[in-house]
Amino acid sequence: MTSKESILAAIQANKPDLLPLPEQPEFPYDSNLTEQYRQSLSLNGGEAREAKSLKEVTNHLQEHFRNSQMIVSLSEKVAGNFDVNMADDPHELEHAEVAILEGEWGVAENAAIWLPEEKLHHRALPFIAQHLIVLLKKDRLLGNMHEVYARINVEGSGYGVFIAGPSKTADIEQSLVIGAHGPRSMTVFLLD
Amino acid sequence: MKAAPTHAAAAEEFLKDSERSHWHDETLWHVRSKRDVSAQKIPEWEQLRTLASQIKDHVLSNLDNLLLQFEKKAQANGIEVLWAKDAEEHNEHVLRILEENQVRQLVKSKSILTEECGLNHFLEDKGYDVVDTDLGERIIQFNKQVPSHIVMPAIHLKKKEIGDIFHKHLGTEAGADDPKYLTEAARQHLRQKFIQAHAAITGVNFGIAETGGFVVCTNEGNADMGTHLADIHIACMGIEKLIPRAADLGVYLRLLARSATGQSITNYTSHFHRPRKGKKMYLILVDNGRTKQLGREDFRNSLKCIRCGACMNTCPIYRRSSGFSYNSTVPGPIGSILSPGMDLNKHSTLPFASTLCGSCSDVCPVKINIHEQLYKWRQVITKEGPPQTSKRWAMRFGGQVMSKPRLFDLMGKMARKSLSISPRGFVYNSFNAWGKHRELPEVPKETFKDWYRKNRNDDK
Repeated sequence: MTSKESILAAIQANKPDLLPLPEQPEFPYDSNLTEQYRQSLSLNGGEAREAKSLKEVTNHLQEHFRNSQMIVSLSEKVAGNFDVNMADDPHELEHAEVAILEGEWGVAENAAIWLPEEKLHHRALPFIAQHLIVLLKKDRLLGNMHEVYARINVEGSGYGVFIAGPSKTADIEQSLVIGAHGPRSMTVFLLD
Repeated sequence: MKAAPTHAAAAEEFLKDSERSHWHDETLWHVRSKRDVSAQKIPEWEQLRTLASQIKDHVLSNLDNLLLQFEKKAQANGIEVLWAKDAEEHNEHVLRILEENQVRQLVKSKSILTEECGLNHFLEDKGYDVVDTDLGERIIQFNKQVPSHIVMPAIHLKKKEIGDIFHKHLGTEAGADDPKYLTEAARQHLRQKFIQAHAAITGVNFGIAETGGFVVCTNEGNADMGTHLADIHIACMGIEKLIPRAADLGVYLRLLARSATGQSITNYTSHFHRPRKGKKMYLILVDNGRTKQLGREDFRNSLKCIRCGACMNTCPIYRRSSGFSYNSTVPGPIGSILSPGMDLNKHSTLPFASTLCGSCSDVCPVKINIHEQLYKWRQVITKEGPPQTSKRWAMRFGGQVMSKPRLFDLMGKMARKSLSISPRGFVYNSFNAWGKHRELPEVPKETFKDWYRKNRNDDK
C-alpha cells in the first residue's frame, strides 16, 4: 500500500459522517471606502494618497528618488528608467530601488491590493524592490475580502498576491520595524 | 519514549527570572488586547467564527475526497504532489528533491510542520546549511533553540540577548540592541542568502481543494523572497490545512491575522497555483498522526486549528510559563490537546497545565472547544497515562473523606486546629506545592455549618 493509499484509508475509517458545507456569506460593507482604505493602510505601515492627477505621482518620484537609481515601472502612465523586459531572470532586479505597479483591486477593510502575476512581470518584483508604489483607481476599491474573492479567479494566474503594506517585523521584543526583507515603504496612489 | 520534564518543573525554570517572566506575561497580554480591538471592529465576527468552524467540520468529514480533488487539480497545474505518512517520510521526500535537483543552498520560511518533523536537524545531519529566513526563526536558529511561540518564535528573548547573538553571528556592534539596527543587519545578511538560494521551503496556511493551489501568509515577505528567486519551491502541508473553495479564504483571512496579532491581514498573502516557467514546485501532504486524531471523536476538532496563536496569548499559564515549558512543537492550550495524541507519555502533564478558565476557547477563531478537550485528556491520562501515584492516593483519600459527612466534619476540625498551631515550616514545605508562592487562607474560627446552626435556628 502506498502512503497515499494508507492515508486515504485511515481517513475513510476515521472520518465522521458527512457534514454540510455552508453557503458563502455576504457581509455588506458601508463605510467610505477611500477614507477607510487610507486608515487601513496607515495601520499596516503604508501610506495612501488621493491623487488628482498622475503629476502627483511623478512629483513624488522626483522628490524621493534619483534618476541614477533603478526605477522599474510596470505602469504605462508613469515612466521608469529600466525596461523590465530586459530582465530574463528576477535576480537582475536585485538593485531595484522602486517598483511601480498597477493594482487590480483594493480592499478598504484591510488595505490589501490584489496583484495577479500578469501585473508583476516577475513575481519577485514587489518584494525585491527597496520601495513599492501602487496605483489604484478609486472605482477598484471594494469593502471586504468576500467581495474581492467573488471577483477574482485565483487559479487564473499561476501566482497572485494580496499586498497590504510594506515588509515588516516585530520579532525583536515586539518592536515594529518596517523593512524586514522587502520594501521599506509602500505608497498607494488612489486615482480618480 | 522517555518522559519529558513535567510542565510544572519546566515552568519553574522560566519563573526563576521574574523580570523576564513578568515582561513575557505583559507582552503577550498586550497582543491579546490588540486582538480584541481588532475583532471588535468587525460586526459579523461571531458569524465568521461559526462559519470558519463549520467549513472545517465539512473538511474533516470529507477529507479523503477533498484531498483527491486537491491533488488532481494541483497536478494539472504542474505541481508535483507527494504524500508522507509520517515525519520520516516527509524528510526523506525533501532530501530526495534536493538531491535530484542538486540543490546546495536553501532558504526556508516559517513552517510549524517542518519543526514538527525535525526537518532542519535532519538536513543539517546530511550536510545542508538550512537558512531560516523569518527574523524570529533566524534568531533562534543562531541560538540553537526551537520556537517558543508559533507566531512570535523569539518572544522568550530580550533585545539585549538578540544583540549578543547578532554580534556573535553577524558581527554587529557589541552591546547594540536597537531593534531597527538589528533588523537591518539581518536584512543585509538574509538578502545574500535569498539571492544565492537554489531552493525555497515554505509551509502552507491554506490548501484550496477546488483550485489545486495554496496560500502562504507572512508580514516580512520572506516566503516570497525565497520562492520567487529560487528554482525549486517545496511546500510542506499538513493534510488538515485544506479548505474547499477559494472564496472560503474570505472567511479565514479576516479571522487569522486579527486573532494572531490584531492586524487586519498579514501584509503578504500569496496564492501559488503554478511554478514559474521552467521552474519546479513540489507539495508534500503530511499525515504524521493527523488521521489518528481524526478518529478520536472527542479531540477531532483540534484539527481545525489555523495556527493563529491566540490561545497562547490569552492563556494565564502560557503567559507565565513560556512556550519551552510545554516541550512540544506547538505549545500552549492548542498544543496541549494536539500533542498528547502524538505521544501520550511524553506529553502527559500538558493537559494539566491549565486552569480550565476557557479563555482559549473564547478567542479561538475556529471555535475549537479547547478547554473541554483539556479536561477530556485529563480523564484519558488518568486512566491510560503514566501512573501519578501521589495524585491517585490524594484523590482516593479525598474521595473517602468527602463521601462520609461525619469523617469530613472531623477532618475539617482537625485541620483547622492543627493549621492554627503548627509551626510555619510544617505547613509550607516541599510537600505543599500549592503553598510555594501562595499563602493559605486564614483558618476560619468556625465552619459555615456551625455558623448556620447558631444563627438560623428559627428556620428549622
